[in-house]
Amino acid sequence: MATDRIVGIDLGTTNSLVAFMQGESPVVIPGEDGLNLVPSVVALDERDQIIVGNAARKYLIETPERAVYSIKRLMGRGLEDIQEELQLFPFRLAEDLHAGEVLRITLGKKTFTPPEISAFILRQLKRNAERFFNAPVNKAVITVPAYFNDAQRQATKDAGRIAGLEVLRLVNEPTAASLAYGLDKKQNGIVAVYDLGGGTFDISILKLHDGIFEVIATNGDTHLGGDDIDNLLIKIAIDDILGDANLDVSRNSEVVATIRKAVIETKIALSSESATEMDIELPQGKRYQREITREQFEQLIQPIIDRTVGPCKQALKDAGLKPAQIDEVVLVGGSTRIPKVRALVEELFQRKPHTDLNPDEVVALGAAVQANILGGGSEATENMLLLDVTPLSLGIEVAGGVTDKIILRNSTIPASATQYYTTQIDGQANVAIHVLQGERELAKDCRSLARFDLKGIPPMTAGMARIEVKFLIDANGILHVSAREQRSGKESEIEVQPSYGLTDDQVENMILDSFDFAEEDFRRRQVIEARNEADTILAALEKGKKSPAWGQLTSDEKKKIAKLEKALVQTKGEDDYSAIRTAIDLLNQGTMRLAELMMDTAVGTALKGKNMDEADMGEGTETGHPVARADFE
Amino acid sequence: MASVFVANLFMGNVESNTSSSLTMTGDATATCWSCGTMRAVHFCSACGKVQPPVPVDYFTFFGLSRKLNLNTALLEREFYELSRKLHPDLCARADKREQEWSLEQSSLLNDAYRTLKDPIKRTEYLLRLEGVELEEQSKAATEKARAAGEIKKQVVPPDLLEEVFELNMQLEELRAQKKLGEDDPALVEEIGRQKLELEEKYESLSEELKKYWDEWDRLPGNATEEGRRKVRDKMVDLLNRRSYIRNLVRDVSEVLEG
Repeated sequence: MATDRIVGIDLGTTNSLVAFMQGESPVVIPGEDGLNLVPSVVALDERDQIIVGNAARKYLIETPERAVYSIKRLMGRGLEDIQEELQLFPFRLAEDLHAGEVLRITLGKKTFTPPEISAFILRQLKRNAERFFNAPVNKAVITVPAYFNDAQRQATKDAGRIAGLEVLRLVNEPTAASLAYGLDKKQNGIVAVYDLGGGTFDISILKLHDGIFEVIATNGDTHLGGDDIDNLLIKIAIDDILGDANLDVSRNSEVVATIRKAVIETKIALSSESATEMDIELPQGKRYQREITREQFEQLIQPIIDRTVGPCKQALKDAGLKPAQIDEVVLVGGSTRIPKVRALVEELFQRKPHTDLNPDEVVALGAAVQANILGGGSEATENMLLLDVTPLSLGIEVAGGVTDKIILRNSTIPASATQYYTTQIDGQANVAIHVLQGERELAKDCRSLARFDLKGIPPMTAGMARIEVKFLIDANGILHVSAREQRSGKESEIEVQPSYGLTDDQVENMILDSFDFAEEDFRRRQVIEARNEADTILAALEKGKKSPAWGQLTSDEKKKIAKLEKALVQTKGEDDYSAIRTAIDLLNQGTMRLAELMMDTAVGTALKGKNMDEADMGEGTETGHPVARADFE
Repeated sequence: MASVFVANLFMGNVESNTSSSLTMTGDATATCWSCGTMRAVHFCSACGKVQPPVPVDYFTFFGLSRKLNLNTALLEREFYELSRKLHPDLCARADKREQEWSLEQSSLLNDAYRTLKDPIKRTEYLLRLEGVELEEQSKAATEKARAAGEIKKQVVPPDLLEEVFELNMQLEELRAQKKLGEDDPALVEEIGRQKLELEEKYESLSEELKKYWDEWDRLPGNATEEGRRKVRDKMVDLLNRRSYIRNLVRDVSEVLEG
């Protein structure tokens, strides 16, 4: 049996890609439209079917309330984390959302969590790969920004599960890029990867040594990227329009979406042109026209791209290196196409960056390389091994609300730390532990990862218990906790409540729900539509029985109709679409003469002429499934 | 090749490392759970399978005795070689049990490497193995200070007392000036000069530490507890002074930049 195909997936803020190792080199798998990039846009069409990628983009402008982009910005985050995002992005949160709850985004009349929306993108990539291989694909390596915290990583892993993928490894994006670079170059040395994407920025410094890719330091900003440039330009355009045309378009989501499209085109054009014109049609027959020069553009974006400087300097400091000691700087992410960004990198690292790689594809290609390594390797990847680090320190809240760091940032993963706890009162059975991630001194300034209780501690005098808690960050950068009471040797029960994550049960339910939007949903829809059609024809038959034409039928014909009627009534109660379809067709045929007689005598309603569209599809089709219910309101 | 090298290196050291309370002699002669051949330490030298981890200290993990002078280039090479055997990426297709061991073994490997490659962490770790409660002392002091609602005050090393007193006065003055928006270049320069001196002292402590490493490493196997304690105390004292100066430099930087 051929080994399982493991694909590499770059689940990006703006675009996503799937790649695999073909022979000795990684290649991107194109979608049905022949394009390598699948825009990370998800829309719900009029029939409540999920649309992903290029096909979904038109919904952003036509029906923005049914589409979402840049969902990656919300992965693993809570309501209080995203106030800034809500001002800048047209995310429509579910109205009944409470603080501390997993976010839900409204598309049409339905709501989805960020991992579910990401899962739709992953499912599309999975389908693309399956079509390419003509075989099922169930395993993947997915990339994440290096600076993603535990909750963001967990959310990505959940998305994979919901999409029906076993996520064998989460790989940091810049590290993945370095794998693709290193596969190509086969050189030892120190490499810095500067990755400015659609929504995230990462800087990683690696030591390449005979196939070992050892990350020495990483830093970044999970909320910095091309999106921020777009939002800045959108805001300027909206202000201009208000000033020039006295038109407030800020609340008109269609116009804002049109402006967004135009500023992105402008941004891209200015990477090769010295000036370009924005020309946007506005309501009331007005227009917005403005020329932007590259110089103006560069001035505008300077404060945004300057935000990458701090993380770069910190990473160099953490690595204990001076810019001159870096042998090569590799550029990754679409935003590094901006000449001003390249100039900034050149100034920072005092050398011309390496720009041979396709900044949109290199991360996915690297993920494919890692997938190949996990699958047992090949000649090309022999000896290749990635040693990554945790981007953020892991800490525990101690007395006074202070963070006690137990695993420092830039520690090679897997990494572990053991802490000992004791009880403070006699017979105390529980000890509460608050796990944090971040660099700040105070617990409140760090990211809360999880709160959990050590339970079932055997009754002892205060201070006698000695509970050993082991914290382990695995190769995905995800935390695992285990505890043991040492005096009794009893394993303590741990309940980890992820601060903004999904519980296992929630993920399981989402896996089930997600099927509704794929094959299962289509099947369910067919059944419901067939049932409605059956109801219509049965109703028409009831009317026919009361018409004079009924009397003109032979008793054999009546018996046959009664038999077919009974068959349809019975099958429509079941979930078998083709059985209902067949029963409808048979009854249609069986009542052909009745219909003719009714037409001939011009009495009553023509049986066949009944328009199905008039049917009230809501009645009698209630399935009790909340998602299905929303469909037919 | 690599596996044999590491295995030999390790077993050679197990015998000489008799002072360790956690020797692995028994385990080193065990057989691999998978192929039945005699087992190397962390993985089987015959079939390469990762073995269940045995609780050992970091020195023992690398097959080293508890010496403080250490060839870090060699340590790095061994770290890479062991990573090529133990990392979970290489066990992604192995059974659940071996994946679990690989995760534990490689986290142990990473923790050990991180600790031993850094001269200060290595020294602190060895002292802790020797029963010195460095962190506990510091933690207890922190908790005590917090309970009293004040910032932890470190004990000033006697030889720094005079300098520190003067520096603190000057910092106080500079803070007051900054509050009023005033600027005294002479004072800033004077504080900057002292900061530089402290940084030099900090550097020189690293050299001094190496002297104690030599003393420690030269101790004969049958050294008395008294002899060992003497060297340990010198190192503890030096580490305390070092951390005191580090905090002081940090405070000075804050005032100068703030």
